Amino acid sequence: MRAAGENFLPQTTTDTAFVEFERVQKSYDGETLVVKDLNLSMPKGEFLTMLGPSGSGKTTCLMMLAGFETATHGEIRLDGVSINNIPPHKRGIGMVFQNYALFPHMTVAENLSFPLEVRKMDKTTREAKIKRALGMVQMNDFAGRRPAQLSGGQQQRIALARALVFEPELVLMDEPLGALDKQLRETLQFEITNLAHELGITVVYVTHDQTEALTMSDRVAVFDDGRIQQLAPPDQLYEAPQNSFVAQFIGENNTLEGVVQQIDGDTCIVKLDSGDIIDAVPVNVSKAGERTKVSIRPERVEFDKSRLNPGAHTLKAEVLEFIYMGDIFRTRLRVAGTDEFVIKTRNAPDQVRLTPGSQIDIGWMAKDCRALDA
Amino acid sequence: MAEQMLAADGRPLKASLNRALRRQKMRALLLIAPLLLFIMLTFIVPIGQMLFRSVENQIVGDTIPRTVVALGDWDANTDPVPDDAVFSAFAKDLMIAVERKQHTRLGSRLNYETSGISSLFRKSGRRVDDIGEGYTDQFVAFDPAWEDPLTWATLFGDADWITAQAAWDGEGDEPAFVLSDDANEMLPRTADIYAAFAEVIQTENNDSPTEEQPWNVVYLALYEELRTYTGEPNYADLPGGEIIFAAEDAVRDFAPQSVRAAFADIDEDWEDTAVWQTIQTYSPAFTAGYFLNSVDLQKTPGGPAWQPENEQIYLTLFWRTMVMSLTITVSCILLGYPVAWMLANLPARKANLLMILVLLPFWTSLLVRTSAWKVLLQQQGVINDTLVWIGLVADDNRLALINNATGTIIAMTHILLPFMILPLYSVMKTIPPSYLRAAKSLGATNWTAFWRVYFPQSVPGIGAGSILVFILAIGYYITPEIVGGTKGVFISNRIAYHISTSLNWGLAAALGAILLAVVLLLYWAYDRIVGIDNVKLGG
Repeated sequence: MRAAGENFLPQTTTDTAFVEFERVQKSYDGETLVVKDLNLSMPKGEFLTMLGPSGSGKTTCLMMLAGFETATHGEIRLDGVSINNIPPHKRGIGMVFQNYALFPHMTVAENLSFPLEVRKMDKTTREAKIKRALGMVQMNDFAGRRPAQLSGGQQQRIALARALVFEPELVLMDEPLGALDKQLRETLQFEITNLAHELGITVVYVTHDQTEALTMSDRVAVFDDGRIQQLAPPDQLYEAPQNSFVAQFIGENNTLEGVVQQIDGDTCIVKLDSGDIIDAVPVNVSKAGERTKVSIRPERVEFDKSRLNPGAHTLKAEVLEFIYMGDIFRTRLRVAGTDEFVIKTRNAPDQVRLTPGSQIDIGWMAKDCRALDA
Repeated sequence: MAEQMLAADGRPLKASLNRALRRQKMRALLLIAPLLLFIMLTFIVPIGQMLFRSVENQIVGDTIPRTVVALGDWDANTDPVPDDAVFSAFAKDLMIAVERKQHTRLGSRLNYETSGISSLFRKSGRRVDDIGEGYTDQFVAFDPAWEDPLTWATLFGDADWITAQAAWDGEGDEPAFVLSDDANEMLPRTADIYAAFAEVIQTENNDSPTEEQPWNVVYLALYEELRTYTGEPNYADLPGGEIIFAAEDAVRDFAPQSVRAAFADIDEDWEDTAVWQTIQTYSPAFTAGYFLNSVDLQKTPGGPAWQPENEQIYLTLFWRTMVMSLTITVSCILLGYPVAWMLANLPARKANLLMILVLLPFWTSLLVRTSAWKVLLQQQGVINDTLVWIGLVADDNRLALINNATGTIIAMTHILLPFMILPLYSVMKTIPPSYLRAAKSLGATNWTAFWRVYFPQSVPGIGAGSILVFILAIGYYITPEIVGGTKGVFISNRIAYHISTSLNWGLAAALGAILLAVVLLLYWAYDRIVGIDNVKLGG
C-alpha cells in the first residue's frame, strides 16, 4: 500500500502549529516500526481524531505525545518547544484514559484536587476550580462519592473534569467512550465536543469508532500500518478518500477491481475484470494500463436510468437480497462477478422495493466513483 | 406488616425456599464432611484437650485425696506445720500412691511450683511403709491374731466375697475384694484404707488380701479410730469382731507414735511450711497456677505474687517474641515490596523467572535453609569472612550474627519473605498501570504518583502479607531453635521445652493458650483498625 502522507502533507504551516510531530518513528523491539515517519501539525483549538484499526500506531502516537513512550526518532513539539525530553508530569497535558483511571481510594473531589495539590495551589483556589470543573460536566452533586459508586457515564464525566481541572491547553483522550453503551456514548460525544469548543482547548482524540471520529472532529487522521493514510475533515474523508484503505475503513463501500483504460483529465474509463466498462474519477492512478480498485458509496448508486447522465456506462445487476432497515433499504446485488455489491436507498414514499431475483441496470455519477490504488 | 408471600402451592414462600435450599446445603455439608471430621479428630479435639490441661490439676486431689481434705482447714499463719492428723492422712495417701507408683508423678507436678518436692516425695516413698509400724507391733503383741491376714479379711470383707474367695481355685481372675457394709459403717476410716490396701494388693501385686498382712498405715488407721472410740457401735456385731472389741480397751495403753515425727525423720523438709502450702494451694481440681506462672506470677496463699526476679522469663519471652516478629514483618515488607512490584510490572517471561526464584525456598527443606544460615552467619562463616576480606570488620572483631536475636531475624526474614511477596504481588497485579500514568499526566512526580496513588492501593497486600508473616513468625520454632541461641529464642521454644523436656504440659498448655489469645487479639485489633475486608490474598 502506498503511503498517503507523501502526497498529502499537513495543510497547516509550522508557524501556527501548536502540536507538531516531525518525522517521528517508534519501535519497541528494534526490529519493526510501530510508527513509521509520522508528520502531523495541529493548530491551537483543533479537535483532531486519530482513527484506525488496533495496532495501527494511533495509541502509541498519543502515548508519545503524553510522554509515556519516547520517540525512537524524530521530534515532537508543543507550542514550538521540543518536548522529547520533558517527563510527562512537566508537560501539562490533560489526559482521559480508556478505563478512566480514576483513583479508587479517593473521592471525586479528591481525584479532582490531586492535580491542583501537586501544583501546590491553596485550598480556596482548589475548591473553586473543582467546583467549576464539576459544574462543566454537571456532576456537582457527586463530589463526595467514590468512583466505584458512580455509573460508567458518571465516571467518564469525572475523568473528563479531572483532565480539565488544571486548565491544560492540550487534552488527550484515549478511547474514552469505548466502554459505554451507544446512547450514552452519543450524548457524551456531543458534550465533549461542545466543552472542547467552549473552552477553546486543543484535543487529540483516539478512537477506532469511525462514527465517533466523523461526528466529533475538526479533522481526522486515519492511521494504518504506522502511517497516517489520510488527514482531512470528516466530509472530505468520507466523500473523497485518498486511497482504498481509507475508502474501505470509513463507512460502507463497494469495491470493484479492474484496469485503467483511459485517463481524460478528471475522468477516466476503467475496464473491470468482468469486462464491463465504467466511468470513474482518477485519484491515485496516473496512467492507462494501471490496475485499480474503484470505490462507490452504496447510497450513490442509482438504478433509475432517468437520474443518470446521458451516455453514462451502466452495469447489469441481479438482486440477491433485500433488507429492510427502517430508515433505509439495503439491497445486495450481484455485479461484475461479486456478490457483495450493496446499494442503499432512502425509505421515501415513492421508493421502489427491489425483489430478489430481478435484473436491473445500475449506474452512478462519474464523480462518485473513485479509482484508487490497487 | 406486609402480607406473607405465598408460593404457587400455597405454602409460605420462605418455607418453600428453605426446603429448596436444604438439599443443596446438605450436599455441601456432605462434601466437606470428611475434612471436617478429620480436622475435628486430629486438630480441634487435641487442641481442646491441650488447652484444658492449662487449668486442669486433678492429679493432687486424685493422688492424695485424704490429705487434701485434712489440709482443708489448715492455716499456715497460725500453725506453721500441719497437725498429726494431716500427716497421718498423708501417710495413708502416700502409701497407696507408692504402691500404685503414682507418687513420683505427683512429686514432679508439685516440683514445678516448689523445687525439691520431687526428691522429697521419692525419698519419702521409699520409707513410707515403715510409718505406723509401732502400732502394728503393739497390736500383734497384744494379740498375735492381728498378724494374720485372714483376721483382717474376715473383719472387713463382705460375706459373699469371703465365700467366693474361699471357693476360688486359683484359675482365672481372683474375685475382687468387696468391703463389708457393717465394717464400713462402724470403722469407716480403717475400712477405707483397708479397702484401698485390698484393691492395690489385688491389682498391683497380684496377691490376695487373705494372704498378705496389711500395711502399717492400716494398723495406724485402726489405732486412731479405736483411740477415739466412744462406746458406740458394738464391734462384737462384726464377724470375728471380738478381737476389735478386745483391742478397743487395749489401745488406750498403746504407746503413741507421732506420724509427723516419723516424716520429719525421713526428711526435715516435711516441717517446712512452704511444702505444705504448695500442697494446699494446688489441692483444687482446677487451678489458675499455670497461667499465673506463664506471666511470671505464682500462686501463693495470699493471692498472685511475682516470681523471684531470677525466675522471671516468660514476660520477657512474650515481649521478645512480639518485638522480633514485628521486626521480621517490617523487614519482610521492606525487602518484599520492591520484589513484588517488579514481579507485577515486568514482562511475563522475566516475571515468571523471578517468580521461580521467589518460590525456590519453598522447594527446599526448612531445616536445610536454616542450617545454611548457620554456615553463612557464624563467626568464621562466609559473611564474616567476606566482611573481613573487604576490610569492613577487623579480624579480631568479627560480628556475632548467629545464636542471638540478629541471627533469628535474618534467617526468619529470609524464610518468611515469600509469604509477604505473594499476597503483595497478587494485589499489585490488579492495580492497572494506567493509574500511575494518570497521576503523572496530572502533574505528579514519580514519587508522588507512587506514594499517593499506587501505595494506598497496595496497602491491602501489605496487610495480608503482614498478617501472614506475623502470625507465622510469632509461633515459629525450628529456626529460632537452631540459630537463636539463648537471646534469640521465642516463646514457642519454651513451649516445646516444657512439652518434651520438663514435661510440664500444663504450663506449656497455658503458654500456648496465651499465645493463641494474643494472636486472636492482634487479629481483632487489626480488623478494627485496618478492616479484614481490606485484606486481599489475590484477585
